Amino acid sequence: MYDFDWSSIPGALPFLWEGMKISLEITVSAVIFGVVWGTLLAMMRLAPVKPLAWFAAGYVNLFRSIPLVMVLLWFFLIVPQLLRSFFNLDPNTDVRLTSAMIGFALFESAYYSEIIRAGIQSVPKGQVAAASALGMTYAQAMRLVVLPQAFRNMVPLLLTQAIVLFQDTSLVYMSALADFFGAAYKVGDRDGRLVELLLFAGAVYFFICFAASQLVRRYQKKLNAHVAH
Amino acid sequence: MISIDNVSKHYGSFQVLTDCTTQVKKGEVIVVCGPSGSGKSTLIKCVNGLEPFQSGAITVDGISVGDPKTNLSKLRSRVGMVFQHFELFPHMSITDNLSIAQEKVLGRSKDEARAKGLKLLERVGLKAHAEKFPGQLSGGQQQRVAIARALCMDPICMLFDEPTSALDPEMINEVLDVMVELAQEGMTMMCVTHEMGFARKVANRVIFMDKGLIVEDDSKDAFFNNPRSERAQQFLAKILQH
Repeated sequence: MYDFDWSSIPGALPFLWEGMKISLEITVSAVIFGVVWGTLLAMMRLAPVKPLAWFAAGYVNLFRSIPLVMVLLWFFLIVPQLLRSFFNLDPNTDVRLTSAMIGFALFESAYYSEIIRAGIQSVPKGQVAAASALGMTYAQAMRLVVLPQAFRNMVPLLLTQAIVLFQDTSLVYMSALADFFGAAYKVGDRDGRLVELLLFAGAVYFFICFAASQLVRRYQKKLNAHVAH
Repeated sequence: MISIDNVSKHYGSFQVLTDCTTQVKKGEVIVVCGPSGSGKSTLIKCVNGLEPFQSGAITVDGISVGDPKTNLSKLRSRVGMVFQHFELFPHMSITDNLSIAQEKVLGRSKDEARAKGLKLLERVGLKAHAEKFPGQLSGGQQQRVAIARALCMDPICMLFDEPTSALDPEMINEVLDVMVELAQEGMTMMCVTHEMGFARKVANRVIFMDKGLIVEDDSKDAFFNNPRSERAQQFLAKILQH
């Protein structure tokens, strides 16, 4: 029988917390960038200007057809060199976090844009007609009437996607970037307690994601009750 | 005020409107009726450019709607429109529904827009509901708010697209009362509706459409007392039977 020894965890907590901060940084930046760029992609895809729609459709289909781990790998291989040559950085500057953020953001925007597109399409066409009839331009109708309603309907889906994204950040371990998972792995490897550390990391991921998804569910119920009255 | 001249429209090979011609003078109330699918809603939506048309011309207050150089948003801000399904903005309070276009399109101040909104809300008898949301009002109340919202923009004319068709029977009259009052005050109105009581009371002329054609365009007395076309006779016999 395997002998569990959890003693290396308490001392490693500060290091693990540093890793958690990296995981959260990547998640938050990818969500913010993903929603902004995803909204633009969704609007392009629905725009009457054909080339814009083609570009957005191509982008979304490309990123949705490639495994995330490969996208990240390419970004680790390419982006650091690009950044270094663009900004004349010292070759020793660590740009792994930046490239991870960019990779995730670009990848996630493809998923966010599909959620947002569905959200925009869920707003009845009559709303745009009413806004136009009041003299609003297409941009005003989008900004003041369609998007606020679309986002309110989409919040649960966007948050659920953010939870999945938070779990996926563990993929950066292959660049030896110490996110939460990477940090746990390093500590376990160092102390010969990999099993304990990975069980602990799994429990933390589970706790955070499960709690977050329960909150999303609660919010969704509240939203449905609000719409029903 | 509104001049529609030989307007035709088709979706692919399906002809929706064929050579429609009519005029609406300042202060006139025109009722447009006809069986469903006759193109009456499409025609009224062409007037403020919500529906494009392929040939012919429409001018509103001397401005050509079909001209690509026309600033359609600006024109629409001067033409009020009321929809079958109200189309209030559900994420905004009634007050915000009434002020948003005044502020963002006409550039009025927040206070000015609010005061104007409340004044018109009082006029349609709903001042007590100013802080509610559209979902908390009945259909008839929502439609009265929608009329107030259009009036907030000080329109030169009003378009009504089946304003009572989505309402429960007991709510139809509260909306028609507001429309009758508006007509009696001299507002230029073009109304797609099946409410023949309303037509008899305030219409100057009745336009009857069928299969995308304007079949009759006559004074209300001539239309109700001796419709010329067989199609209009059948239509009137059916809807006035009960």
